[in-house]
Amino acid sequence: MTTAIAKTPRRVRKRATDPDGLQPSPYSTAKAWRNGDVITRLSFFIFGLGNLLRKQIIKGLIFLAVEIGAIAYLATSGEQYLLKLPSLGSAEQTKVKVDGFWVYQAGDNSVQILLYGVMAIFVIILLVIVATLSGRSAYKAQSVIAEGDKPVSIFKDVRSLTNHNAHVGLMFLPTLGIVIFTILPLVFMISMAFTSYDQNHVVLFDWVGLKNFGAIFSSTGEVNAGLFISVLIWTLVWAFFATFLNFFFGMFMAMIINRKTTHFKGFWRACFSMSIAVPQFVSLLVMHTMLQRDGAINRLLMGWGLIDGPLPFLTDATWARVTVIIINLWVGIPYTIMQITGILQNVPAELYEAAELDGASWWQRFTNVTMPYIFFVMTPYLITTFTGNVNNFNVIYLLTNGSPTPVGASAGKTDLLITWLYKLTVDRSNYNLGAVIGIMTFVVLSVVALITYRNSGSYKNEEGFR
Amino acid sequence: MSNMNNTSVSQRSAQNGSLPFWKNQHTRRVIGDVVSHIFLAIMAVIWLLPIVWVVLESFNKNTAPYQETFFPREYTLDNYIQLFTERDVMNFPRMFMNTLIVAIFVCLISLFFVLAVAFCMSRLRFRGRRTFMNIALILGMFPSIMAVIAIYFILKAFGLTSGALVLVALIVVYSAGSGAGFYVMKGYMDTIPKSLDEAAYLDGCTTWQVFTMIIIPICKPMIVYQAIVGFLAPWLDFVMAKVIARTQDNFTVALGLWQMLQKEYINQWYARFAAGAVCVSIPIAILFIIMQRYYEESMSGSVKG
Repeated sequence: MTTAIAKTPRRVRKRATDPDGLQPSPYSTAKAWRNGDVITRLSFFIFGLGNLLRKQIIKGLIFLAVEIGAIAYLATSGEQYLLKLPSLGSAEQTKVKVDGFWVYQAGDNSVQILLYGVMAIFVIILLVIVATLSGRSAYKAQSVIAEGDKPVSIFKDVRSLTNHNAHVGLMFLPTLGIVIFTILPLVFMISMAFTSYDQNHVVLFDWVGLKNFGAIFSSTGEVNAGLFISVLIWTLVWAFFATFLNFFFGMFMAMIINRKTTHFKGFWRACFSMSIAVPQFVSLLVMHTMLQRDGAINRLLMGWGLIDGPLPFLTDATWARVTVIIINLWVGIPYTIMQITGILQNVPAELYEAAELDGASWWQRFTNVTMPYIFFVMTPYLITTFTGNVNNFNVIYLLTNGSPTPVGASAGKTDLLITWLYKLTVDRSNYNLGAVIGIMTFVVLSVVALITYRNSGSYKNEEGFR
Repeated sequence: MSNMNNTSVSQRSAQNGSLPFWKNQHTRRVIGDVVSHIFLAIMAVIWLLPIVWVVLESFNKNTAPYQETFFPREYTLDNYIQLFTERDVMNFPRMFMNTLIVAIFVCLISLFFVLAVAFCMSRLRFRGRRTFMNIALILGMFPSIMAVIAIYFILKAFGLTSGALVLVALIVVYSAGSGAGFYVMKGYMDTIPKSLDEAAYLDGCTTWQVFTMIIIPICKPMIVYQAIVGFLAPWLDFVMAKVIARTQDNFTVALGLWQMLQKEYINQWYARFAAGAVCVSIPIAILFIIMQRYYEESMSGSVKG
């Protein structure tokens, strides 16, 4: 593999050896600073200077243009927001009499200040990154000239994007998308957790430090310790049952379909796959109306004379919780069947033959061959399903919307952390509390998932199957 | 036929053998067969019942959600006709077109993003690769709902929240972050033997050529899977769409269907909701049948032998 790449590293590594066994770059930032001449060192501040003076005109101009653009942005609009970021603005909307008319003068808008402030910080980080790139590029040009070669032309640089530096070319747009539409919003929302942005402070709010996190552990208020713990426990219980019941029932059914003597295998699989074809929100909304007091299910059961009065499917706390888990089985099992069918067909046949030769019974073959194999393949899938279920917004929101909700409480009996977060932010505009719940969800998830994931085979040994 | 054969064989062996019938292999297998087929039949009914109900409901003459019987009594085609002709309250054809346009673009963009990132993560070795994978993992732990409001503010800052630009905003939102979802594709590429790449590099291929001429053709089953996943996202998501598309002109199908079940519409629109749901399900079902074939292929590994 051609990995002796020149200007790749986006950050300096302290460790000399990379887990992938890569050599440290000969043109690292530290080396550029230490061994570079005046021009190279100046390139850290005047981007592209080294390239311009060493006949890499276009490259130098691009660096310079980025610097001028970023600084121009910071000077014109970024700066005012950056300066207001510590206070998040204080000017209220004012009325001024101009020519006998009252004219409203817009005051500060804290949301705007926060968002543009965070954006400005991102631009500064970009500036620093480009500074190191510029310095390294200048150092590279310097050392190439010192060795008596010609500096690399822009055409060669562009062409290397399809070869040695393909990862730069391929990753640029996806990374940009992730930074702008995943990381930026997250930083923005996380910073909201430390402000007083709630329904009483919609336009102007302040930094309040860790006060909102204190609210979670307080005994009263819209978000309090009791409510948080009960929602958290229900979230974990839900995720556990939703994941493992799905897995075991799905596996059970996949194995029944996969039995040697089961007929019409394709037909059965098609039956269960039909429910995937109907969009999830449609089937959930239909279930929601079917399970109402006067819904189709109650009518059917009463028509058959099985029950006297309507069953409280979604109105009693315990009933609602069980109903939600069962409906989720209906939604989830077809996916599990699909996954497991694929895996079952992949179990190495030698294993079964060997087991049969050794006289293993059906049950022994199942526990000693099939199960370990399925678990080996499915562990990452199980972890992602668990994570997905903790964040399973659709099922809860569309089916019960968190109800039954006790009077005055901000979370209902079937609310998960995520639907609670949604209610707090979208319905009640308590963005700070919502952000705190979001961060807590992240903490819970990372404790559960990160440890398991890092210990799973597919992460540790990604080249194990080549 | 073969079922009957089985029974006759087992009967014969039961008559011949001296073992009690519950220890007889054939009898046990027949009982197992009968039980599992009955079990599967019951389960299939449970899984199909709601779907059949939606289809029948879409032909229901009674437009309200509640009725005396489980299945509708009188059937009519009016729901479908009204859904596509009465456009003043809710413009379903428009919503359908909106979703279709968004879906096509999202499908293409996200497919390219996922392929590019997965290729870099799986086939190339460069500094920062592990960091990128860890960051993608950590980002996946944050509840996605959390960022919805922030994304709206960001789109607003870019001026993408009014008029026809909302569709652009939807495309950007659905596809921008898709690069982080490379794990499945990467797992598939990890099973492609490294020797293929090495041979190509020896023959003088550039990385880009290896990507487009070797890896992409091998990944075809997974690409179909990924393309369909990308295509389906706009049809299924309604949380993001609800925050971003605020006027009915820009609604996607999911939002429209959700709207039909709100208090002010539900009594008039329930049957049409079912009709709309059927209309949305048909393309998805077709795609799904295509996908399933490729999906089973892709589960069985990339290169055989």
